[in-house]
Amino acid sequence: MITAAFEYARPGSVDEAQSLLTKYGDDAKVIAGGQSLIPLMRLRLSQPTALVDIQGIHGLKEVRRDNGSVEIGALVRHVDIQRNATLREALPILVEMANDVGDNQVRNLGTIGGVIAHGDAAGDYNALALMLDAEIVTNKRRHKASDFFRDIFTTALEHDEVVTAVRFPVSTGRFAYTKFRRRLYDWAIAGVAVQETGSSWRVGYVNLARTPRRGASVERALAGGASAADAAAESGSDIDPTGDVRATAEYKRHLAQVLTARTLEKATMAA
Amino acid sequence: MTQSVSLTINGRPREDHVEPRLLLVHYLREVAGLTGTHIACDTSQCGACTVLIDGEAVKSCSVFTVQAAGKDVTTIEGLAQEGTLHPVQQAFWNEHGLQCGFCTPGFIMAAAYLLKQNPSPTDAEIERGLEGNLCRCTGYENIKKAVRSASQAMNGGTAETSANLVGSAAAPVEG
Ligand SMILES: Cc1cc2nc3c(=O)[nH]c(=O)nc-3n(C[C@H](O)[C@H](O)[C@H](O)COP(=O)(O)OP(=O)(O)OC[C@H]3O[C@@H](n4cnc5c(N)ncnc54)[C@H](O)[C@@H]3O)c2cc1C
Ligand code: FES
Ligand code: FES
Repeated sequence: MITAAFEYARPGSVDEAQSLLTKYGDDAKVIAGGQSLIPLMRLRLSQPTALVDIQGIHGLKEVRRDNGSVEIGALVRHVDIQRNATLREALPILVEMANDVGDNQVRNLGTIGGVIAHGDAAGDYNALALMLDAEIVTNKRRHKASDFFRDIFTTALEHDEVVTAVRFPVSTGRFAYTKFRRRLYDWAIAGVAVQETGSSWRVGYVNLARTPRRGASVERALAGGASAADAAAESGSDIDPTGDVRATAEYKRHLAQVLTARTLEKATMAA
Repeated sequence: MTQSVSLTINGRPREDHVEPRLLLVHYLREVAGLTGTHIACDTSQCGACTVLIDGEAVKSCSVFTVQAAGKDVTTIEGLAQEGTLHPVQQAFWNEHGLQCGFCTPGFIMAAAYLLKQNPSPTDAEIERGLEGNLCRCTGYENIKKAVRSASQAMNGGTAETSANLVGSAAAPVEG
Protein backbone atom coordinates (compact mmCIF):
# COMPACT_ATOMS: atom_id res chain seq x y z
CA MET A 1 0.00 0.00 0.00
CA ILE A 2 1.13 3.57 -0.61
CA THR A 3 1.80 5.36 2.67
CA ALA A 4 -0.10 8.44 3.81
CA ALA A 5 1.53 11.70 2.71
CA PHE A 6 4.10 13.34 4.97
CA GLU A 7 6.66 16.10 5.04
CA TYR A 8 10.33 15.14 5.08
CA ALA A 9 13.38 16.84 6.53
CA ARG A 10 16.99 15.84 7.03
CA PRO A 11 18.51 17.75 9.96
CA GLY A 12 22.29 18.06 10.40
CA SER A 13 22.32 17.96 14.19
CA VAL A 14 20.42 16.51 17.12
CA ASP A 15 19.32 20.01 18.18
CA GLU A 16 17.91 20.65 14.74
CA ALA A 17 16.12 17.29 14.83
CA GLN A 18 14.54 18.21 18.14
CA SER A 19 13.33 21.58 16.90
CA LEU A 20 11.90 19.98 13.75
CA LEU A 21 10.01 17.46 15.89
CA THR A 22 8.64 20.34 17.95
CA LYS A 23 7.75 22.32 14.86
CA TYR A 24 5.96 19.45 13.11
CA GLY A 25 4.13 18.44 16.28
CA ASP A 26 2.92 15.22 17.85
CA ASP A 27 2.41 13.30 14.65
CA ALA A 28 5.99 13.73 13.45
CA LYS A 29 8.42 10.85 13.79
CA VAL A 30 12.12 10.20 13.59
CA ILE A 31 13.19 7.86 10.79
CA ALA A 32 16.53 6.03 10.96
CA GLY A 33 16.86 2.89 8.82
CA GLY A 34 13.12 2.74 8.19
CA GLN A 35 13.10 -1.07 8.46
CA SER A 36 10.40 -1.13 11.11
CA LEU A 37 8.71 2.17 10.39
CA ILE A 38 8.23 1.89 6.62
CA PRO A 39 6.52 -1.52 6.75
CA LEU A 40 4.14 -0.10 9.39
CA MET A 41 3.49 3.00 7.31
CA ARG A 42 2.79 0.84 4.28
CA LEU A 43 0.14 -1.01 6.24
CA ARG A 44 -1.08 2.41 7.43
CA LEU A 45 -0.68 1.23 10.98
CA SER A 46 1.48 4.31 11.37
CA GLN A 47 0.65 7.61 9.61
CA PRO A 48 3.18 10.22 10.66
CA THR A 49 2.59 13.66 9.13
CA ALA A 50 6.32 14.39 9.01
CA LEU A 51 9.51 12.33 9.05
CA VAL A 52 12.71 13.69 10.51
CA ASP A 53 15.49 11.66 8.87
CA ILE A 54 18.48 11.52 11.22
CA GLN A 55 20.83 9.67 8.83
CA GLY A 56 23.00 12.74 8.24
CA ILE A 57 23.66 13.62 11.88
CA HIS A 58 27.34 13.31 12.75
CA GLY A 59 28.55 11.56 15.85
CA LEU A 60 25.82 8.93 16.03
CA LYS A 61 27.73 6.23 14.17
CA GLU A 62 30.56 5.54 16.59
CA VAL A 63 31.33 2.70 18.96
CA ARG A 64 33.44 3.76 21.95
CA ARG A 65 34.80 1.70 24.81
CA ASP A 66 35.72 3.42 28.08
CA ASN A 67 35.80 2.52 31.77
CA GLY A 68 33.99 -0.75 31.61
CA SER A 69 31.30 0.48 29.23
CA VAL A 70 30.80 0.39 25.53
CA GLU A 71 28.73 3.15 23.99
CA ILE A 72 27.09 2.46 20.65
CA GLY A 73 25.80 5.37 18.57
CA ALA A 74 22.12 5.24 17.65
CA LEU A 75 22.86 5.09 13.90
CA VAL A 76 25.16 2.09 14.18
CA ARG A 77 23.55 -0.46 11.88
CA HIS A 78 23.24 -4.20 12.38
CA VAL A 79 25.91 -4.73 9.70
CA ASP A 80 28.26 -2.33 11.53
CA ILE A 81 27.78 -4.33 14.73
CA GLN A 82 28.58 -7.54 12.86
CA ARG A 83 31.87 -6.09 11.64
CA ASN A 84 32.95 -4.12 14.71
CA ALA A 85 36.16 -5.37 16.36
CA THR A 86 35.56 -3.48 19.64
CA LEU A 87 32.14 -5.05 20.05
CA ARG A 88 33.41 -8.49 19.18
CA GLU A 89 35.69 -8.16 22.21
CA ALA A 90 33.58 -6.10 24.61
CA LEU A 91 30.06 -7.34 23.90
CA PRO A 92 30.23 -10.48 21.74
CA ILE A 93 26.63 -11.48 22.51
CA LEU A 94 25.41 -8.37 20.67
CA VAL A 95 27.42 -9.36 17.60
CA GLU A 96 25.86 -12.81 17.72
CA MET A 97 22.40 -11.26 17.87
CA ALA A 98 23.19 -8.89 14.99
CA ASN A 99 24.19 -11.80 12.76
CA ASP A 100 20.62 -13.10 12.98
CA VAL A 101 18.56 -9.92 12.64
CA GLY A 102 16.53 -10.08 9.42
CA ASP A 103 18.66 -10.51 6.31
CA ASN A 104 21.55 -8.65 4.64
CA GLN A 105 19.21 -6.07 3.14
CA VAL A 106 17.62 -5.31 6.52
CA ARG A 107 20.97 -5.32 8.32
CA ASN A 108 22.38 -2.81 5.84
CA LEU A 109 19.77 -0.24 6.89
CA GLY A 110 18.38 -1.01 10.36
CA THR A 111 20.00 0.65 13.36
CA ILE A 112 20.39 -0.15 17.05
CA GLY A 113 18.74 3.16 17.95
CA GLY A 114 15.76 2.17 15.81
CA VAL A 115 15.39 -1.19 17.57
CA ILE A 116 15.53 0.46 21.00
CA ALA A 117 13.19 3.36 20.16
CA HIS A 118 10.71 1.04 18.47
CA GLY A 119 10.54 -0.90 21.75
CA ASP A 120 9.41 -4.14 20.13
CA ALA A 121 9.41 -7.08 22.56
CA ALA A 122 10.70 -9.11 19.60
CA GLY A 123 13.65 -6.74 19.11
CA ASP A 124 16.57 -8.93 20.13
CA TYR A 125 18.73 -6.07 21.45
CA ASN A 126 15.98 -4.85 23.77
CA ALA A 127 16.10 -7.94 25.97
CA LEU A 128 19.88 -7.63 26.09
CA ALA A 129 19.71 -3.95 27.08
CA LEU A 130 17.28 -4.86 29.85
CA MET A 131 19.16 -7.83 31.29
CA LEU A 132 22.54 -6.06 31.23
CA ASP A 133 21.17 -2.81 32.75
CA ALA A 134 22.15 -0.78 29.70
CA GLU A 135 21.51 2.95 29.53
CA ILE A 136 19.64 4.63 26.73
CA VAL A 137 21.18 8.03 26.07
CA THR A 138 19.01 10.72 24.48
CA ASN A 139 19.21 14.44 23.78
CA LYS A 140 17.38 14.96 27.09
CA ARG A 141 18.49 12.35 29.62
CA ARG A 142 19.84 8.91 30.30
CA HIS A 143 17.22 6.22 30.78
CA LYS A 144 17.84 3.01 32.64
CA ALA A 145 16.70 0.15 30.43
CA SER A 146 14.68 -1.13 33.40
CA ASP A 147 12.51 2.06 33.24
CA PHE A 148 12.49 2.37 29.47
CA PHE A 149 10.33 -0.39 27.99
CA ARG A 150 6.85 0.46 29.26
CA ASP A 151 4.35 -1.53 27.23
CA ILE A 152 3.83 -3.01 23.78
CA PHE A 153 5.78 -0.74 21.35
CA THR A 154 5.80 1.88 24.09
CA THR A 155 8.92 3.36 25.63
CA ALA A 156 9.71 6.21 28.00
CA LEU A 157 10.73 8.44 25.05
CA GLU A 158 8.99 11.78 24.74
CA HIS A 159 7.80 13.03 21.40
CA ASP A 160 10.83 15.27 20.76
CA GLU A 161 13.36 12.92 22.27
CA VAL A 162 16.06 11.44 20.04
CA VAL A 163 18.07 8.38 21.07
CA THR A 164 21.74 9.21 20.55
CA ALA A 165 23.43 6.11 21.96
CA VAL A 166 23.04 2.93 23.94
CA ARG A 167 25.55 2.23 26.68
CA PHE A 168 26.21 -1.37 27.72
CA PRO A 169 28.55 -2.67 30.40
CA VAL A 170 31.50 -4.48 28.84
CA SER A 171 30.47 -8.13 29.09
CA THR A 172 33.15 -10.64 28.31
CA GLY A 173 31.91 -13.64 30.30
CA ARG A 174 30.34 -16.75 28.85
CA PHE A 175 27.14 -16.18 26.92
CA ALA A 176 24.67 -17.73 24.51
CA TYR A 177 21.64 -16.60 22.57
CA THR A 178 18.96 -18.89 21.16
CA LYS A 179 16.58 -17.43 18.64
CA PHE A 180 13.78 -19.87 17.90
CA ARG A 181 12.21 -19.36 14.49
CA ARG A 182 11.01 -21.41 11.55
CA ARG A 183 12.62 -19.49 8.67
CA LEU A 184 16.07 -17.93 8.53
CA TYR A 185 15.15 -14.26 8.28
CA ASP A 186 12.20 -14.35 10.65
CA TRP A 187 11.87 -12.58 13.95
CA ALA A 188 12.13 -14.75 17.05
CA ILE A 189 9.02 -16.72 17.96
CA ALA A 190 10.83 -16.85 21.29
CA GLY A 191 14.39 -15.91 22.20
CA VAL A 192 16.52 -16.50 25.27
CA ALA A 193 19.80 -14.73 26.03
CA VAL A 194 22.16 -15.57 28.87
CA GLN A 195 25.32 -13.74 29.88
CA GLU A 196 27.74 -14.43 32.72
CA THR A 197 28.71 -11.24 34.56
CA GLY A 198 31.28 -11.74 37.31
CA SER A 199 30.06 -14.73 39.27
CA SER A 200 26.39 -14.43 38.36
CA TRP A 201 24.19 -14.95 35.33
CA ARG A 202 21.84 -12.58 33.56
CA VAL A 203 18.89 -13.88 31.57
CA GLY A 204 16.73 -12.04 29.02
CA TYR A 205 13.58 -12.97 27.11
CA VAL A 206 12.68 -11.93 23.56
CA ASN A 207 9.05 -11.88 22.42
CA LEU A 208 7.76 -13.60 25.53
CA ALA A 209 5.65 -10.72 26.90
CA ARG A 210 4.38 -7.32 25.75
CA THR A 211 7.84 -5.93 26.51
CA PRO A 212 11.29 -7.49 26.67
CA ARG A 213 11.68 -9.31 29.99
CA ARG A 214 14.48 -10.06 32.37
CA GLY A 215 14.66 -13.58 33.75
CA ALA A 216 14.90 -12.44 37.37
CA SER A 217 13.51 -15.66 38.90
CA VAL A 218 15.78 -17.82 36.79
CA GLU A 219 18.75 -15.63 37.77
CA ARG A 220 17.87 -16.04 41.47
CA ALA A 221 17.61 -19.79 41.14
CA LEU A 222 21.01 -19.92 39.44
CA ALA A 223 22.54 -17.75 42.15
CA GLY A 224 21.14 -20.21 44.70
CA GLY A 225 22.98 -23.03 42.98
CA ALA A 226 20.15 -24.56 40.92
CA SER A 227 21.00 -26.63 37.84
CA ALA A 228 20.20 -25.23 34.40
CA ALA A 229 17.10 -27.43 34.17
CA ASP A 230 15.83 -26.50 37.63
CA ALA A 231 16.47 -22.80 37.08
CA ALA A 232 14.72 -22.97 33.70
CA ALA A 233 11.61 -24.30 35.43
CA GLU A 234 11.28 -20.83 37.02
CA SER A 235 11.03 -19.12 33.63
CA GLY A 236 7.22 -19.15 33.78
CA SER A 237 7.17 -16.40 36.40
CA ASP A 238 9.43 -14.13 34.33
CA ILE A 239 7.33 -14.07 31.16
CA ASP A 240 3.77 -13.36 30.10
CA PRO A 241 3.43 -14.44 26.48
CA THR A 242 0.39 -13.92 24.29
CA GLY A 243 -0.52 -16.21 21.43
CA ASP A 244 -0.14 -15.07 17.83
CA VAL A 245 -0.28 -16.57 14.34
CA ARG A 246 2.95 -18.41 14.88
CA ALA A 247 2.56 -19.87 18.37
CA THR A 248 0.07 -20.14 21.19
CA ALA A 249 0.88 -18.66 24.60
CA GLU A 250 1.14 -22.16 26.03
CA TYR A 251 3.64 -23.24 23.39
CA LYS A 252 5.71 -20.11 24.02
CA ARG A 253 5.81 -20.96 27.74
CA HIS A 254 7.04 -24.41 26.86
CA LEU A 255 9.64 -22.93 24.52
CA ALA A 256 10.84 -20.50 27.19
CA GLN A 257 11.57 -23.29 29.62
CA VAL A 258 13.22 -25.62 27.12
CA LEU A 259 15.26 -22.84 25.53
CA THR A 260 16.38 -21.43 28.89
CA ALA A 261 17.85 -24.79 29.88
CA ARG A 262 19.43 -25.30 26.47
CA THR A 263 20.87 -21.81 26.30
CA LEU A 264 22.40 -22.06 29.77
CA GLU A 265 23.92 -25.40 28.86
CA LYS A 266 25.26 -24.01 25.61
CA ALA A 267 26.87 -21.07 27.46
CA THR A 268 28.48 -23.21 30.15
CA MET A 269 29.72 -25.79 27.71
CA ALA A 270 31.29 -23.07 25.59
CA ALA A 271 33.79 -22.47 28.44
CA MET B 1 3.98 18.51 -2.03
CA THR B 2 7.06 17.47 -3.97
CA GLN B 3 10.69 17.79 -3.06
CA SER B 4 13.78 17.89 -5.24
CA VAL B 5 15.98 14.79 -5.12
CA SER B 6 19.40 14.37 -6.72
CA LEU B 7 20.96 10.96 -6.86
CA THR B 8 23.02 8.79 -9.14
CA ILE B 9 21.50 5.78 -10.83
CA ASN B 10 23.88 3.34 -12.51
CA GLY B 11 26.56 5.99 -12.68
CA ARG B 12 24.31 8.64 -14.15
CA PRO B 13 23.26 11.65 -12.04
CA ARG B 14 19.65 12.72 -12.11
CA GLU B 15 17.36 15.15 -10.41
CA ASP B 16 13.60 14.80 -10.01
CA HIS B 17 10.79 16.30 -8.02
CA VAL B 18 9.05 13.61 -6.02
CA GLU B 19 6.58 13.25 -3.20
CA PRO B 20 8.42 12.21 -0.01
CA ARG B 21 6.22 9.12 0.19
CA LEU B 22 7.35 7.82 -3.21
CA LEU B 23 9.13 4.53 -2.55
CA LEU B 24 12.48 4.01 -4.23
CA VAL B 25 11.18 0.98 -6.14
CA HIS B 26 8.33 3.03 -7.62
CA TYR B 27 10.71 5.86 -8.44
CA LEU B 28 13.08 3.52 -10.25
CA ARG B 29 10.31 1.85 -12.22
CA GLU B 30 7.91 4.69 -12.90
CA VAL B 31 10.04 7.84 -12.91
CA ALA B 32 13.44 6.56 -14.06
CA GLY B 33 11.84 3.93 -16.34
CA LEU B 34 14.06 1.14 -15.03
CA THR B 35 11.62 -1.74 -14.76
CA GLY B 36 14.23 -4.42 -14.14
CA THR B 37 13.74 -3.97 -10.40
CA HIS B 38 10.64 -5.97 -9.52
CA ILE B 39 8.08 -5.59 -6.80
CA ALA B 40 6.27 -8.59 -5.40
CA CYS B 41 5.50 -8.92 -1.72
CA ASP B 42 5.38 -5.23 -0.96
CA THR B 43 6.24 -6.00 2.67
CA SER B 44 10.04 -6.47 2.89
CA GLN B 45 9.75 -10.23 2.70
CA CYS B 46 10.81 -11.37 -0.76
CA GLY B 47 13.84 -9.37 -1.93
CA ALA B 48 12.57 -9.05 -5.55
CA CYS B 49 13.15 -5.30 -5.27
CA THR B 50 16.80 -5.55 -4.12
CA VAL B 51 19.11 -2.80 -5.41
CA LEU B 52 22.44 -1.46 -4.18
CA ILE B 53 22.73 1.87 -2.42
CA ASP B 54 26.35 2.97 -2.16
CA GLY B 55 27.27 -0.64 -2.98
CA GLU B 56 25.10 -2.20 -0.26
CA ALA B 57 22.06 -4.40 -0.93
CA VAL B 58 18.73 -3.01 0.30
CA LYS B 59 15.07 -3.68 -0.41
CA SER B 60 13.93 -0.71 -2.48
CA CYS B 61 10.28 -1.24 -1.45
CA SER B 62 11.34 -0.30 2.08
CA VAL B 63 13.23 2.91 1.30
CA PHE B 64 11.72 6.28 0.44
CA THR B 65 13.32 7.97 -2.57
CA VAL B 66 14.12 11.04 -0.46
CA GLN B 67 16.21 8.86 1.86
CA ALA B 68 18.38 7.91 -1.11
CA ALA B 69 19.09 11.53 -2.07
CA GLY B 70 22.80 12.11 -2.57
CA LYS B 71 23.51 8.40 -2.96
CA ASP B 72 24.63 6.03 -5.63
CA VAL B 73 21.98 3.53 -6.65
CA THR B 74 22.80 0.47 -8.75
CA THR B 75 19.97 -1.53 -10.32
CA ILE B 76 20.08 -4.72 -12.38
CA GLU B 77 20.34 -2.51 -15.49
CA GLY B 78 23.65 -1.15 -14.21
CA LEU B 79 25.48 -4.44 -13.74
CA ALA B 80 26.42 -5.27 -17.33
CA GLN B 81 29.40 -3.26 -18.55
CA GLU B 82 29.59 -2.24 -22.19
CA GLY B 83 27.43 -5.12 -23.32
CA THR B 84 29.21 -7.76 -21.22
CA LEU B 85 27.07 -9.41 -18.60
CA HIS B 86 28.24 -9.21 -15.00
CA PRO B 87 29.70 -12.61 -13.95
CA VAL B 88 26.68 -13.22 -11.70
CA GLN B 89 24.29 -12.55 -14.60
CA GLN B 90 26.33 -14.83 -16.86
CA ALA B 91 26.34 -17.56 -14.22
CA PHE B 92 22.54 -17.39 -13.77
CA TRP B 93 22.29 -17.79 -17.55
CA ASN B 94 24.80 -20.67 -17.73
CA GLU B 95 23.45 -22.59 -14.73
CA HIS B 96 19.79 -21.97 -15.48
CA GLY B 97 19.39 -20.16 -12.16
CA LEU B 98 15.82 -19.15 -12.94
CA GLN B 99 12.51 -20.38 -14.25
CA CYS B 100 9.87 -17.64 -14.48
CA GLY B 101 12.57 -15.05 -13.78
CA PHE B 102 10.50 -12.78 -11.59
CA CYS B 103 12.78 -13.09 -8.57
CA THR B 104 15.97 -13.03 -10.66
CA PRO B 105 16.94 -9.32 -10.62
CA GLY B 106 16.68 -9.34 -6.83
CA PHE B 107 18.68 -12.54 -6.49
CA ILE B 108 21.38 -11.27 -8.83
CA MET B 109 21.74 -8.02 -6.90
CA ALA B 110 21.81 -9.85 -3.56
CA ALA B 111 24.33 -12.37 -4.93
CA ALA B 112 26.54 -9.63 -6.39
CA TYR B 113 26.57 -7.98 -2.95
CA LEU B 114 27.28 -11.29 -1.23
CA LEU B 115 30.26 -12.04 -3.51
CA LYS B 116 31.66 -8.57 -2.99
CA GLN B 117 31.62 -9.13 0.78
CA ASN B 118 32.75 -12.74 0.58
CA PRO B 119 34.32 -13.75 -2.75
CA SER B 120 34.41 -17.48 -1.91
CA PRO B 121 31.32 -18.32 0.14
CA THR B 122 30.60 -21.83 1.36
CA ASP B 123 27.22 -23.35 0.52
CA ALA B 124 25.97 -22.41 3.97
CA GLU B 125 27.20 -18.85 3.48
CA ILE B 126 25.41 -18.64 0.14
CA GLU B 127 22.18 -19.72 1.81
CA ARG B 128 22.63 -17.20 4.60
CA GLY B 129 23.64 -14.48 2.16
CA LEU B 130 20.47 -14.94 0.13
CA GLU B 131 18.10 -15.46 3.06
CA GLY B 132 16.28 -12.22 2.25
CA ASN B 133 15.24 -13.43 -1.22
CA LEU B 134 12.44 -15.81 -2.07
CA CYS B 135 11.97 -17.86 -5.23
CA ARG B 136 8.73 -19.72 -5.91
CA CYS B 137 10.01 -21.74 -8.86
CA THR B 138 13.51 -23.11 -8.75
CA GLY B 139 13.81 -24.79 -5.38
CA TYR B 140 17.01 -22.71 -5.04
CA GLU B 141 19.44 -25.42 -6.15
CA ASN B 142 20.31 -23.82 -9.50
CA ILE B 143 20.49 -20.42 -7.87
CA LYS B 144 23.11 -21.72 -5.45
CA LYS B 145 24.91 -23.41 -8.34
CA ALA B 146 24.94 -20.11 -10.21
CA VAL B 147 26.40 -18.24 -7.25
CA ARG B 148 29.11 -20.89 -6.80
CA SER B 149 29.95 -20.72 -10.47
CA ALA B 150 30.03 -16.89 -10.44
CA SER B 151 32.35 -17.04 -7.46
CA GLN B 152 34.70 -19.34 -9.33
CA ALA B 153 34.59 -17.20 -12.47
CA MET B 154 35.26 -14.03 -10.48
CA ASN B 155 38.13 -15.52 -8.50
CA GLY B 156 39.82 -17.45 -11.24
CA GLY B 157 38.71 -15.06 -13.94
CA THR B 158 40.71 -12.54 -15.85
CA ALA B 159 41.47 -9.04 -14.60
CA GLU B 160 38.69 -7.68 -16.83
CA THR B 161 36.14 -9.96 -15.19
CA SER B 162 37.00 -8.91 -11.68
CA ALA B 163 36.97 -5.26 -12.69
CA ASN B 164 33.29 -5.84 -13.33
CA LEU B 165 32.62 -6.18 -9.61
CA VAL B 166 29.74 -4.14 -8.34
CA GLY B 167 30.86 -0.86 -6.90
CA SER B 168 33.60 -0.27 -9.41
CA ALA B 169 32.98 2.89 -11.39
CA ALA B 170 29.95 2.02 -13.47
CA ALA B 171 29.64 3.40 -16.95
CA PRO B 172 26.47 5.37 -17.56
CA VAL B 173 23.63 3.21 -18.79
CA GLU B 174 20.91 4.53 -21.00
CA GLY B 175 17.71 4.45 -18.96
C1 LIG C 1 12.15 -8.75 7.13
C2 LIG C 1 12.55 -8.09 8.42
C3 LIG C 1 12.99 -8.89 9.47
C4 LIG C 1 13.38 -8.32 10.69
N1 LIG C 1 13.81 -9.13 11.69
C5 LIG C 1 14.19 -8.59 12.87
C6 LIG C 1 14.63 -9.40 13.96
O1 LIG C 1 14.68 -10.62 13.86
N2 LIG C 1 15.00 -8.81 15.11
C7 LIG C 1 14.97 -7.45 15.27
O2 LIG C 1 15.34 -6.97 16.33
N3 LIG C 1 14.56 -6.65 14.27
C8 LIG C 1 14.17 -7.18 13.08
N4 LIG C 1 13.74 -6.36 12.07
C9 LIG C 1 13.65 -4.90 12.32
C10 LIG C 1 14.97 -4.23 12.15
O3 LIG C 1 15.85 -4.65 13.17
C11 LIG C 1 14.87 -2.72 12.22
O4 LIG C 1 16.11 -2.28 11.78
C12 LIG C 1 14.69 -2.11 13.57
O5 LIG C 1 13.60 -2.66 14.25
C13 LIG C 1 14.42 -0.61 13.48
O6 LIG C 1 15.57 0.09 13.14
P1 LIG C 1 15.50 1.21 12.03
O7 LIG C 1 16.77 1.96 12.12
O8 LIG C 1 15.15 0.61 10.75
O9 LIG C 1 14.33 2.14 12.63
P2 LIG C 1 13.11 2.86 11.92
O10 LIG C 1 12.26 1.88 11.23
O11 LIG C 1 13.61 4.03 11.15
O12 LIG C 1 12.35 3.41 13.20
C14 LIG C 1 11.66 2.55 14.08
C15 LIG C 1 11.00 3.40 15.19
O13 LIG C 1 11.98 3.97 16.04
C16 LIG C 1 11.95 5.40 15.97
N5 LIG C 1 13.36 5.83 15.95
C17 LIG C 1 14.35 5.31 15.15
N6 LIG C 1 15.54 5.82 15.52
C18 LIG C 1 15.31 6.67 16.54
C19 LIG C 1 16.16 7.50 17.34
N7 LIG C 1 17.49 7.53 17.18
N8 LIG C 1 15.58 8.27 18.31
C20 LIG C 1 14.23 8.24 18.51
N9 LIG C 1 13.39 7.45 17.80
C21 LIG C 1 13.92 6.69 16.81
C22 LIG C 1 11.14 5.75 14.76
O14 LIG C 1 10.45 6.97 14.95
C23 LIG C 1 10.19 4.57 14.66
O15 LIG C 1 9.10 4.76 15.52
C24 LIG C 1 13.33 -6.90 10.85
C25 LIG C 1 12.88 -6.10 9.81
C26 LIG C 1 12.48 -6.68 8.60
C27 LIG C 1 12.00 -5.79 7.51
S1 FES D 1 8.93 -6.28 -2.99
FE1 FES D 1 10.46 -5.54 -1.68
S2 FES D 1 10.93 -7.21 -0.43
FE2 FES D 1 9.30 -7.96 -1.68
S1 FES E 1 12.31 -18.08 -10.95
FE1 FES E 1 10.21 -17.80 -10.60
S2 FES E 1 10.20 -16.90 -8.62
FE2 FES E 1 12.23 -17.42 -8.88
